[in-house]
Amino acid sequence: MSHVAFRRDLPQAALRVGAVAAMVQATRSLRGTMPDTPRARRYSVFAIAREALRQHKGWTRAWASPEPKSRYKVIVVGAGGHGLATAYYLGKNFGITDVAVIEKGWLGGGNTGRNTTIIRSNYLQDPSAALYEKARSLYEGLSQDLNYNIMFSPRGLIMLAQTEHEIRGYKRTVYANNLQGVQTEWLDPQQLKAKVPIINLDGPRYPVLGGLYQARGGTARHDAVAWGYARACSDMGMHIIQNCEVTGVETEAGQVRAVNTSKGRIGCDKLAIVVAGHSSQLAAMAGFRLPIESVALQALVSEPIKPCMDVVVMANTVHGYMSQSDKGEMVIGGGTDGFNNFTQRGSWQHVEETVRALIETFPMISRLKMLRQWGGIVDMTGDRSPILSSTPVGGIFVNCGWGTGGFKAIPGSGWAMAELVAKGTPGPLAADFGLNRFREGRFIDESVAAGVAH
Amino acid sequence: MLILTCPYCGVNAEETELHPGGEAHLARIGPNGTDEDFESYLFARKNAKGVHFERWRHAYGCGKWFLAARCTATLQVFGTYRAQTPHPPADIVDAIRKARPDWTPDWTPAEGIAE
Ligand SMILES: Cc1cc2nc3c(=O)[nH]c(=O)nc-3n(C[C@H](O)[C@H](O)[C@H](O)COP(=O)(O)OP(=O)(O)OC[C@H]3O[C@@H](n4cnc5c(N)ncnc54)[C@H](O)[C@@H]3O)c2cc1C
Ligand SMILES: [Zn+2]
Repeated sequence: MSHVAFRRDLPQAALRVGAVAAMVQATRSLRGTMPDTPRARRYSVFAIAREALRQHKGWTRAWASPEPKSRYKVIVVGAGGHGLATAYYLGKNFGITDVAVIEKGWLGGGNTGRNTTIIRSNYLQDPSAALYEKARSLYEGLSQDLNYNIMFSPRGLIMLAQTEHEIRGYKRTVYANNLQGVQTEWLDPQQLKAKVPIINLDGPRYPVLGGLYQARGGTARHDAVAWGYARACSDMGMHIIQNCEVTGVETEAGQVRAVNTSKGRIGCDKLAIVVAGHSSQLAAMAGFRLPIESVALQALVSEPIKPCMDVVVMANTVHGYMSQSDKGEMVIGGGTDGFNNFTQRGSWQHVEETVRALIETFPMISRLKMLRQWGGIVDMTGDRSPILSSTPVGGIFVNCGWGTGGFKAIPGSGWAMAELVAKGTPGPLAADFGLNRFREGRFIDESVAAGVAH
Repeated sequence: MLILTCPYCGVNAEETELHPGGEAHLARIGPNGTDEDFESYLFARKNAKGVHFERWRHAYGCGKWFLAARCTATLQVFGTYRAQTPHPPADIVDAIRKARPDWTPDWTPAEGIAE
C-alpha cells in the first residue's frame, strides 16, 4: 500500500506568471531524459506575449499527424486519456518512444471528451485508493509536467449521505482513507450546508444527513488532459494516428505480431488495448473474452448562470451528481442504463430520474433550462473495478473496465499500465487489478461503499 | 425509448416496466465445473456490437423472465421469445437474417431447435 504525500505547493494554472519559471525548470529536466526529437513550442506567458505582437500567427500544431510506419515496438489502441497517458509514461518513465497510438476517430473523442470530469480518490478498498490517489496526486502537478494547462481545479468534493447506511458507509470510508493516506473527512449537515448554501437538507424523500468530503477532489478540463498528453507524446517522437480503426489482431504461436487497420497492417512487439467501451471487440479480434459489458452513460449541462456552487456534489443514493463549470453551466450526471448499448445515446427516462432527484436536493435548478445532453459507452466489469492486465495472448495487455469513473484515474492508470507494458509484469499499483481476480474470486468490490457513480 | 413485447402476456412494455438481465443462453455451471468454467459462466461476456441475445424481466407486469434479440449498434429489436430454450427459435433467427444478411449464428443450427 503506497502512501502518497500531498503536493499543495504546486500552483494549479500552468500559465500563471509565478509558475512559469518552475515550469521551464521542470520541463527542462524532463527533456534531459529524452532522445532528440523536434521540440514542440513551449507554452508560457512569454510565448503569449511574443505572439500577441505578431497577431498570433506563429503558433504551430500541438501534435504531428504522421502516416504509420510498418512497425512499432508498442502499439496502443485508443487515443483516449488512458491510452495517451499509457504512451506518455512509457516514454517518460521507461524511455520507450517507438510507440504509436492508434485512434479510430479523433483523439479524446470517446468517453474522455464526454465525461463530467469529477476527480476524487476516496475509495474504500486499498488497491483502489492507492491507484486513484496516485492519479489524483499526479493531476496536482500535471499542467506543469505537460506544459499544458489542464485546468485542474481541486475545489473539493462531497458525497452526500442520504440514508442511515450511507452514513455508516462513508464514516467507514473516512477511517479507511485515513489509514491509506487519503485525506477525507466527515461533514455533518450544518458543515455541509455552509459549503453548499444552495442545498436543501430536509428531504422529503431523501434528506441530507451528512457527507464524505475530500478537500483536494475536484475537476479538470477533460479535452485538455487528452490534448496535453497527446502533445507531450508527439514531442517525444511517438506517432498519434487518428482516423485509423483497428480491425484485426494478428497473432502467431500465442504471441501478438501486428494489427490490421484501415490504414493497413502495422507490426508491433507489444499491444496495449485501451479502448473503453470497445474492449470486448478488440479482445474478440485477439481471440479472448473479457468480463465486460458496454452500456450507455449520459450527462447534461444547463444554461450558464452566475457562480452558485464551488464544490462538486455527488448523491449516490439517487444517482445524481452536479458541479458548476468555469463557464457557469451546471454539469449533471446520473446512473448508467441497464442494457448493452453501443450507440452513445442513452434512455430518456434516466435523465428524467436524475433531474427529478437533484431538484429535490437543489430546488434552484428547477428553473434552469438544459442546454445539451449526450452519452458515452462505458465498459462495466463484474466487480465495477478496472482491469490492468496481461491477457491470454503474449504481448497483449488490456487497460479497461474504468466504466463510469475513469477520468479521475487517467494519470495513475497510464503510470501503472506503462510499467505493466514495459516490464511485462504489473508493479504494485496494477498488481491487484489483473484479469485473474475473476477466476480467483479476489474482487475489488467498490460498488457498495464508495458508490457506483463517478 | 426501448419497447419490448412480453411473450407471455403480450404487453408492449416500455423500458421502465422492464428489468434488464444481461446476456442470455449462458450455460449454468454446476459444482463440478472448473475454475475456468465458473469464471466464464459468471463473468466473461460476448458483449456483441450488433446482434445480441439478452434476458429481460417484465418486472412491473407479469413478472416473468423472457429473452430478446436486439441490435446493440442500432437498438433495433428483432423479436422476443420465451426463456425456456437453449438457443433462439427459428422465427427469431429468420427475423435477424432478414435484417442482417451477413449475420451468422454462433451455435450450430442443429442445436438451435425451438422448444
Ligand atoms: C457521461 C459520462 C460521464 C462520466 N463522468 C465521469 C466523471 O465525472 N469522473 C470520472 O472519473 N469518470 C467519468 N466518466 C468515465 C470516463 O469518461 C472514462 O472512464 C474514461 O474517459 C475512459 O477513458 P479511456 O481512455 O479508457 O476511453 P475513451 O476516452 O473512450 O477512449 C477510447 C478510445 O478508443 C477508440 N477506439 C475504440 N475502438 C477502436 C478501434 N477498433 N481502433 C482504434 N481506436 C478505437 C475510441 O474511438 C476512443 O477514442 C464518465 C463517462 C461518461 C460517458
Ligand atoms: Zn409480461
